[in-house]
Amino acid sequence: MLISYREALNQAMREEMRRDDRVFLIGEEVGYYQGAFKVSKGFVEEFGPQRVLDTPITEAGFTGLAIGAAMAGLHPIVELMTFNFGILALDQIVNNAAKIRYMSGGQLSVPLVIRGPGSAAHQLAAQHSQSLEAWFCHVPGLKVIAPATPHDAKGLLKSAIRDPNPVIFIEAQLLYGTKGEVAEGEYTIPIGRAEVKRIGHDVTIVAYSKMLLLALEAADELAREGIQAEVVDPRTLKPLDLETIAASVKKTGRLVIVEEGWRVAGLGAQIAESLYTLVFDYLDGPIVRVTGEDVPMPYTRPLEDAAIPDRPRVLSAVRAVFKRT
Amino acid sequence: MDRQDLLSLYRQMLLIRRFEEKSAEMYALAKIAGFLHLYIGEEAIAVGAIAAIRPDDYVISAYRDHGHCLARGSDPGRVMAELFGKATGLCKGKGGSMHLIDARRNFMGGYAIVGGHLPLATGLAFAAQYRKRGQVVLCFFGEGAVPSGQAHEAFNLAALWKLPVIFVCENNRYAMGTPIKLGIALYSNVAETARSYGIQAERVDGMDVLAVRALMRGVVEKVRATQGPYFVEAMTYRFMGHSMADPAHGHYRTKEEVDEERKRDPVLLLRQTILNAGLGTEADFKQLEKEVGEIVAAAVKFADESPFPAPSALYEDVYVE
Repeated sequence: MLISYREALNQAMREEMRRDDRVFLIGEEVGYYQGAFKVSKGFVEEFGPQRVLDTPITEAGFTGLAIGAAMAGLHPIVELMTFNFGILALDQIVNNAAKIRYMSGGQLSVPLVIRGPGSAAHQLAAQHSQSLEAWFCHVPGLKVIAPATPHDAKGLLKSAIRDPNPVIFIEAQLLYGTKGEVAEGEYTIPIGRAEVKRIGHDVTIVAYSKMLLLALEAADELAREGIQAEVVDPRTLKPLDLETIAASVKKTGRLVIVEEGWRVAGLGAQIAESLYTLVFDYLDGPIVRVTGEDVPMPYTRPLEDAAIPDRPRVLSAVRAVFKRT
Repeated sequence: MDRQDLLSLYRQMLLIRRFEEKSAEMYALAKIAGFLHLYIGEEAIAVGAIAAIRPDDYVISAYRDHGHCLARGSDPGRVMAELFGKATGLCKGKGGSMHLIDARRNFMGGYAIVGGHLPLATGLAFAAQYRKRGQVVLCFFGEGAVPSGQAHEAFNLAALWKLPVIFVCENNRYAMGTPIKLGIALYSNVAETARSYGIQAERVDGMDVLAVRALMRGVVEKVRATQGPYFVEAMTYRFMGHSMADPAHGHYRTKEEVDEERKRDPVLLLRQTILNAGLGTEADFKQLEKEVGEIVAAAVKFADESPFPAPSALYEDVYVE
């Protein structure tokens, strides 16, 4: 079944809400507007306003409400219109959602999903174009997922909704319209498992979310130059499936990590550190990172393009790895 | 007025008072560390308000939470063990003074980011309403939380969605040392803040446990019936410093002011009420003092003799496996 990423998310939530009446959807414009990006199309009509709640523009307030409801045993899905606005809810996410299990010595749990788009779209400027996944990965108690394909988005969102922990589920505005094959019928994808999206033996490229599509395009071009790149999508960023990445690097001896977020203290730095620890002796050269530039996102197109990883940069990073080895 | 009822309220307040005094002592002995915020002077609010709710209702509080936890009926031994950081504590020693949680009693915790637990309270109320169980939520916080953004977001959602939550503002007139006049625009009428969201609000003498309970009984009944929120401003005073790091009267308030307020000590007020009504004698108070003293001593003994958590506990409870 060929469907869009948006439709995959819609199906995942719809199936889970039909299956479990503890699940409800809450966020700005999720009801009668059908979602700012139309992910919740048809929901208020099917489930009613008791389970599809339009909120005021108060991220801390409604995220905190969802956390409280989760503490009482409901399973909320919080839609952030974008993760940029999630910054307003960081106190709730970091100080409450992530810590309540631990602070209570295991008495309470917070089964909820906080989802919405992260990263840049086109020319939305500095406050609407950020990849903040490293912030969330930094916090013990959270799980973080960033799927790239409709199939992964659906299966992982269903798992996230069923997970008894707080899960940050990062989508991308530019992925919503992308299409892909999704398995027929009921399926879930386990949280914490990477997938090799393209098999190769010369170099491993790790990339997630939108950057996976970039990595796959680059891999096609590299193949024409005679370089077979293996592309690994972690899909879940926390807990990270280091085993699958390490197995790939052991085979290829080279690793390039592509991420859209800022370079300093970015997720790729953590992945690199972990891989150095695990497979140092297998590496033929240093791990190379391709990242977003350390600037607030500029509005104007030429500068925006310069701030985000693109195919030439991925290609030159891979070629550089070969030059050094 | 009923003798047993009055003596029971007195006993609960006395337990909190003596527990807190003992906690201060244990802090001085370094048995308790970190931040320790005592509830001395404010006992009538927790005891009076919690006396008005059902066991299946929810209670949530800020970091000055020992009083609410004890009034909810938590075992003083396990509370003291938590302050000691012991494995037998309510939260296995992982929460500490500011994060007491007793889920079996629907005591959903103490939270230490000012204003941050008010949205949680609306969520508990949302869940109660979603499941149509007729529960209400009691949410305690200091007046310092009232101007915070999260409090306002919670007030708006509670009013907008008619959630069964009772916001109980314990107005002790100081943040740490900053007086209310320097922190809240509507300092002379904090409840007005809630009214501006369409939330019904009342003020009560927070030193008078009978007044608190009487008001709260009516409020709880209304909230349970109408499923709308309520705001109660309980006027009180903190007899001790903000925390153990702060003396009872520092630069920000005089000894005379504290002494003056202590004349309206909630424990002594109730004691006088009982004596005036002829419903209790000095012998009764002596007996209660003895009983409470024994409970607190036993709590300390239990906490002291309990083991610290094993190192293996470090990574437990981060996630639900």
